[in-house]
Amino acid sequence: MSASPELMNAPTFLPEETACFHCGLPVPDGAPYPIRFDAATHPACCRGCQAVAQTIIDSGQGAYYTHRTALPATPQQAEAELAQLGLYDLPEIQESFVRVEAENVREAALILENIVCAACIWLNERHIAALPGVLSVEINYATRRARVRWDNSRIPLSAILKAVSDIGYIAHPFDPGRSDDIYKRERNTAIKRLAIAGLGMMQVMMYALPTYTATDMTDEIRRLMSWASLVLTIPVVLYSAWPFFLGAWRDLKRRTLGMDVPVALGVGTAFVASVYSTFSGHGEVYYDSVTMFIFLLLTGRFLEMNARRRAGAAVEELVKLIPAAATRLPDWPARTEQQVPVARLAVGDHVLVRPGETLPADGTVVDGSSAVSEAMLTGESLPVSKSAGTKVVGGSLNQASPLVVRVDKLGADTRLASIVRLLDRAQSEKPRIGQLADRAAAWFVGLLLVITVIVGAAWHVIDPGKALWIVVSVLVVTCPCALGLATPAALTTGTGRLTRLGLLTTRGHALETLARTTDLVFDKTGTLTHGQLSVRRVLPQGGRSENEVAALAAALEAGSEHPIARALCRHASTQHTASELRNTPGLGVEGRIGQHRYRLGAPRYVAPDTAPPDEADGATWVGLAEDAHLIAWFALADTPRADAGTALAELTRLGIRVHLLSGDSEAAVAATARQLGINDWHAGALPEDKLAYVKTLQGQGRIVAMVGDGINDAPVLAGAQVSIAMGEGTDVAQAAADMVMLGSRLGTLSEGVVLARKTQKIIRQNLGWALGYNLIAIPAAALGHVTPWIAGIGMSASSLLVVLNALRLSEFKGGTVSGKP
Amino acid sequence: MDILLLLIPVSLVIVGGIAWVMLWAAKSGQFDDLEGPAHSVIMDDDIPPRPDDDVPPANAK
Repeated sequence: MSASPELMNAPTFLPEETACFHCGLPVPDGAPYPIRFDAATHPACCRGCQAVAQTIIDSGQGAYYTHRTALPATPQQAEAELAQLGLYDLPEIQESFVRVEAENVREAALILENIVCAACIWLNERHIAALPGVLSVEINYATRRARVRWDNSRIPLSAILKAVSDIGYIAHPFDPGRSDDIYKRERNTAIKRLAIAGLGMMQVMMYALPTYTATDMTDEIRRLMSWASLVLTIPVVLYSAWPFFLGAWRDLKRRTLGMDVPVALGVGTAFVASVYSTFSGHGEVYYDSVTMFIFLLLTGRFLEMNARRRAGAAVEELVKLIPAAATRLPDWPARTEQQVPVARLAVGDHVLVRPGETLPADGTVVDGSSAVSEAMLTGESLPVSKSAGTKVVGGSLNQASPLVVRVDKLGADTRLASIVRLLDRAQSEKPRIGQLADRAAAWFVGLLLVITVIVGAAWHVIDPGKALWIVVSVLVVTCPCALGLATPAALTTGTGRLTRLGLLTTRGHALETLARTTDLVFDKTGTLTHGQLSVRRVLPQGGRSENEVAALAAALEAGSEHPIARALCRHASTQHTASELRNTPGLGVEGRIGQHRYRLGAPRYVAPDTAPPDEADGATWVGLAEDAHLIAWFALADTPRADAGTALAELTRLGIRVHLLSGDSEAAVAATARQLGINDWHAGALPEDKLAYVKTLQGQGRIVAMVGDGINDAPVLAGAQVSIAMGEGTDVAQAAADMVMLGSRLGTLSEGVVLARKTQKIIRQNLGWALGYNLIAIPAAALGHVTPWIAGIGMSASSLLVVLNALRLSEFKGGTVSGKP
Repeated sequence: MDILLLLIPVSLVIVGGIAWVMLWAAKSGQFDDLEGPAHSVIMDDDIPPRPDDDVPPANAK
């Protein structure tokens, strides 16, 4: 069979021959991992990609490769984590997230990681559904959640999770919990209200249009139409508009005036007046205005609700940091192991944490020494070495060798929990610029009500028969619709467009503030750099070739998870195999390759007498010695992102000053700042220093936007006027941030600023229009010059104009910065 | 014009019917995922595994 036509049609996401067929990363020379697909052989970059691709193709789902629209992550799952999957079969662990339906029928909710496009959903659905014993599987594209039902007598849950990891994704069971249920119910109600309002609006318009245009309509038909409109409007007002009445009532109880008050008043008065006129048979009806007004406002609120929800999803996934199960050593110091749910652990218990496992609680190391990554908690990319007596934090990841830990604090007492609480508080204390807009609106509403009362009273004196109609006219014609929609319509469209550009807005005021931003402060780790060490230079000594020493180093580090080891392994492939490996934590590794003994590690460990080349570019030097003779130096450093330079230049062009604050050493920060052309930079900054720096800038009247990625940035993120978290960063940082960058493309920032400024402009245009319209319409209506149908059309046209103007934002084509996603 | 006397009530009944369908759809979760189905419909579920595959397809249901 020749190559399939789909293969030809979708060249974009079938990577080039030199890139890995599965994940698209460059393939190291001579990597021996072929993939057979469509009678051709494609290269893969590693064994993981090969295994995943072959599983997908062999199970008949190769169409995934022709349909996908984005490249997946390189599969990497610690062996330990795979071994742990078996724990999810224990009934006491299943308790929290599995629903037992019938005797053997179970249902669980799973969070899927690494989903990048619709083809991933298709692949997972087909793959899981094909497992014998799985009854049904549904995956929600928007939330990346899966709901699986299976027959426990035929397949265990662990086998399902294993099948997902076989095709390169990671599935975590999770407890959907109450918040999920509440959201689902709220969303459902909102959809129902919207549907009723929409249907009512359309049909009432059908009845209203002839009454405006027809000249030969009999009174009988006219009355029939208004009765029909009444029937349709009752559910719209009593059901769909209920939240506005509720909101207005709450506002009044708190003695404030929100937008809900005039809305409720306008809807209420116009409706009651229309009902009165329908029953009495004279006067005008306003059902069309009422239903349309309600529908437009509900649409805005619904879109807002969805945007907020997507923004908050990251917070919920924070619970994943703490694992579901732990290995307890009940008879410590005897090494009898026992798998228990973390919820059953007690203070004082000893737990065994293998490499690749996450620490279940705060504690003290009692045995073993290892490197522990606290990246999830601190954003610090390099692991911290831990040995007997040192404290460890729940949620951090053990990377090197087994640790025995005595549990000191659990659950709500842990540092992770307290950080989450701090964030909650910081968020609730955060001043909202939006509150200012609310106050201004309250004044406008108050003024409007006063005018209405005066007009009503005046007409009551002049002509009592007309008073009610003119009051309604004033309320309808000034219907705060245009004014109320001016800001949210632009904000909703702007945020929607921004999300598609890769910047998710989680707070209403963020867009507004971003537009006025004068200073952008970066945290170096993970924002401007890859947050991952890579080999920058190799200096072979004693006549060795660069490839030769790199291959030797890779062989010595092949089995290790240390970041330096991983960088060396990524740098070169090797045919050597090292034996008699001995690891000295904090110093390096020693081993035998062929006839020689090698040492690889810190300069004082490898060659105590020779100093590494002295270059102030912030690199970490690692030496390699053969039989105690130094044969190479490796310089390892974090590298700036490829698009960082252009992105910063674009920001400068927009008139934004760029600052760099980092907790890293002076040399490393200086090197990065020099490479990127940043003049304002500070090294060795603690969170307090960063916060003080931001406060100083704010004291000078600057508007500061902070870009960060770790929990150590959380206070600063909360302190800046607008904070942006990196999507690749920790969930906690995202929870505190006003905006989240979904990709790693830094160009998004300048595009965001441009779009935010444009949104601001459109909001001003909208407000100007709405105010101008009201300034003309209110006096005209108050003087009795506005017939009801003109009032209705005026109101509709003015709100339509506002919405159409806002929609121009969705055409925004992004900034001039282009870069690879 | 008299036909309107019949058509208007009929239109009310139709709107009522549509409203009922919408409420049913919302209740039964038709609106839960508004993005996924748009993509999944264009993906063929029935691409036959190629006969020259070494390994038999594992998803033979």
